[in-house]
Amino acid sequence: MIRRVGARLGILAASLLAASVLIFVVCSALPGDVASVILGEGATPDQLATLRHQLGTDRPLPVQYLSWASGMLQGDFGRSYLSGDSVASLLGPRLAVTFWLVTFSLILALLVALPTGMYAALRRRHWDGFIATALAQIGMAIPAFWAGLLLVAVFAVGLHWLPANGYVPFAEDPGSWAAHLVLPVLALGLIQGAMLTRYVRSAFIDVLNEDYFRTARAVGWTQGRAMVRHGLRNASLSLVTVLGLQLSSVLVGAIVIESVFALPGLGTMLLQVVTQHDLQVVQGTVMFLVAVVLVVNALVDVSYLIIDPRLRGERE
Amino acid sequence: MKRFTLVVGLVLVCSVVLTALVSLVWTPFDPIRVVAADALLKPGWPHLLGTDAFGIDIVSRLMIGAQTTLQVGIIAVSIAAVVGVPLGVLAGQGSGWVSEVVMRASDVVYAFPALLLAILFAAAFGGSTWTAMAAIGIATIPAFARVARAGTLHVMASDYVLAARSCGTSRMGIAVRHVMPNIAPLIGVQASVAFATAILAEAGLSFLGLGTRPPTPTWGRMLRDAQNLLFGDPLQSLWPGLAIALAVLGFNLLGDGLRDYLDPQLREVS
Repeated sequence: MIRRVGARLGILAASLLAASVLIFVVCSALPGDVASVILGEGATPDQLATLRHQLGTDRPLPVQYLSWASGMLQGDFGRSYLSGDSVASLLGPRLAVTFWLVTFSLILALLVALPTGMYAALRRRHWDGFIATALAQIGMAIPAFWAGLLLVAVFAVGLHWLPANGYVPFAEDPGSWAAHLVLPVLALGLIQGAMLTRYVRSAFIDVLNEDYFRTARAVGWTQGRAMVRHGLRNASLSLVTVLGLQLSSVLVGAIVIESVFALPGLGTMLLQVVTQHDLQVVQGTVMFLVAVVLVVNALVDVSYLIIDPRLRGERE
Repeated sequence: MKRFTLVVGLVLVCSVVLTALVSLVWTPFDPIRVVAADALLKPGWPHLLGTDAFGIDIVSRLMIGAQTTLQVGIIAVSIAAVVGVPLGVLAGQGSGWVSEVVMRASDVVYAFPALLLAILFAAAFGGSTWTAMAAIGIATIPAFARVARAGTLHVMASDYVLAARSCGTSRMGIAVRHVMPNIAPLIGVQASVAFATAILAEAGLSFLGLGTRPPTPTWGRMLRDAQNLLFGDPLQSLWPGLAIALAVLGFNLLGDGLRDYLDPQLREVS
């Protein structure tokens, strides 16, 4: 088992390496001279050469990659050529906003998807089960940012119940912090919940066909009780994987939702540096996001090996 | 009921395709020319859904938007299928390590959601329809590789492949004569679902201002413009979003319907 965990972590390391090379190659693909952009038209060749040397852009690409990658291993994601700020110092304060948005959205998605998906599975041959499935199908088709716009139109513009956009840190005013997060979380969580509902439904339909489920019913358990006692546990295994895989789509959804609600998170920052062509920061931020996805999925796999004895495989 | 999904999906997809085709030759008004005097007209006649802030007819813009949507979908899905399917078949047919390398590589790409890859491309090369299509296409390769691999493994375990192998048919021959025709329906289903995802990703990109550049109207771009008018004219946000949702719903239902139609065993499961 330790060997298996080790192997999985080895794959994680290889994936991180491959992802970082990919990101670096894309960001260095276009020949462009940062030094001449910073210094402008009137720079002398001497000034340019000095700045290039300072920035390190006069080194060959593989050397630049290695210095970026080794920096990341020590927690240094690089430094903006334009503003001089380190990527880590740019990410830090924005991390909390995105973290809360993503976490609450995932929780809401689960709260929506579990009951809806279970109901849709149990009642799959009835009209009400069909309606639950159809609702999920419709939710999947709605872009989260459009849902956000509609929610703002109704609850902020129409009813004046909640703020239309902006953010207040928790430490400053917890009530206002929560109020500003309600609509973004609703938009992202409900749409994500619709996607998740489909997985929950098919996971539970699998359970319904199992022998232990039939046995539980045969000894007189109600469907609902058998579903919660046996179904939930067995289905949760495949659901944890799906939840891990959903993380990347929630993160991406958060980038767009932040832009709808003007939340000062990672996504807003990423879009800002993309328009400014601050490639160092783009490179560091994208690497950070991809690393989060890869690490979480590796953790999901490892937690499986620990939880489920069946996966530990034959004696090694 | 069994055919219901397929029929609704087909109707929705066909109406998007038809709209795009019609818009090639005719739209009720000029979809690009600014008419300041007609700005922000309410829905009515002759502008059925009203006009936007530039006085351009919304119906006309929506119709042209269908073109971009389909174009991005077709190219992105083609890139993904052309690269992903052979890789998947190779992984399914090949020895252990070939399969391992292909699948691990696809795991790495899988960690880049379409939109994030497109943002990266937009940062490096400047956002355009092309970076959007390329990024969405590349990000979708793993999905096709997985489906193709799973299908191939299934086919390779069958008796007729064993028979072909004992006759000395080459791997390539088996791939072309037995594997491809048998996994084609699976790929078709995957293509339909991937199309829906591509539409969503393109809409998101255009909404962020990193996709197709103005003045070409796209549904995502229209939502971006409508966001500024949310307080004055919230109806503007309704139509483009509705168009995106109906198109995505259409392709998703078409995919589901096709799968149920092609594989009766799966009807129960999803």
